[in-house]
Amino acid sequence: MMWAAIIFTGIGCYLLKIAGLSVPAAMLKRPVVQRIADLLPVALLAALIGVQVFATGPELTVDARLAGLLAALLALVLRAPFIVVVLAAALTAALIRLL
Amino acid sequence: MTAASSPNSALDPVERSAIIRDGIVVGVATGAYGISFGAISVAAGLTILQTCALSLLVFTGASQFALVGVIATGGAPLAGALTGLLLGTRNMLYGLRLAPLLSWRGWRRAAAAHLLLDESTAMSVNRESTAAARVGFLSTGLAVFALWNLATLGGAIAGESLGDPRAYGLDAAVGGAFLALLWPRLKDRRNQVCAVLGVAVALSLVPATPAGVPVLAAAVVALAIGIFTHSTDPTDIPTRDDLPSGGERHS
Repeated sequence: MMWAAIIFTGIGCYLLKIAGLSVPAAMLKRPVVQRIADLLPVALLAALIGVQVFATGPELTVDARLAGLLAALLALVLRAPFIVVVLAAALTAALIRLL
Repeated sequence: MTAASSPNSALDPVERSAIIRDGIVVGVATGAYGISFGAISVAAGLTILQTCALSLLVFTGASQFALVGVIATGGAPLAGALTGLLLGTRNMLYGLRLAPLLSWRGWRRAAAAHLLLDESTAMSVNRESTAAARVGFLSTGLAVFALWNLATLGGAIAGESLGDPRAYGLDAAVGGAFLALLWPRLKDRRNQVCAVLGVAVALSLVPATPAGVPVLAAAVVALAIGIFTHSTDPTDIPTRDDLPSGGERHS
């Protein structure tokens, strides 16, 4: 199943890229299509953050992951590069679990 | 592809090498976060081979992180794949914007499409000529491709040898990675509303639906806001200023 998911995502993402470069602009240039394509990643990334940080199976919990997220937020406010943001989240959560 | 075959006048060699150098710098900076993808992916339970296949075949950071993020929370592979696919929609908009500028046809366009992502768009969209845009697109796209895949392999091997991913906070790293991907888009008011509603929908569904479904359901928020709001050109195309490096390094 995992391999099927990887290949499906690979083909699908490639088709989205080639569609933008190939399909007559009039079809994709409709404002509603552009708005939705633009908003989808925002809604999904936000949802992914929420689930990743608060979900433990079917339950909502608050644990070291939230501290990790807050550390990432601080790093972003300080304009740190991506890798530093990710490391800040990981190290903060790891430290809290050690305590 | 050489600049000489471009429909515009040939590119000045000095400008050409400056654009290529910038592309390589961006590739190195982006490759660095391929390490975090590799480590997070094996922590989510994928094998090293599967992790590397994702970087080679999908080659879009946000979609790859989304797929392994859904898997990490216990979601079905299919739910992860759909989430990854929906996150890839922005690349379509980039292609739309770049098509007249790059003006490739046939196999060249088919090959170039795989390199279409935030970084290659940013390093080509504001160039003055087709020749300069093509050099920016190809140098950045190829540099990111090479380093992203190498870094993925390195991160996956390192992640596998770490042992328990929770002890290193790798589960918390995923949330941090998603926030970093979302952050540049949160300057816009409508995006802020969309993000808050997206979280609310997903979290409210966590207790009631199988893992993976809450994230997919948040797509409804994007659909609703897209249909019921109005603006002529909402697309926020990344530019050189949005990249962590490369943009400032002009000779």
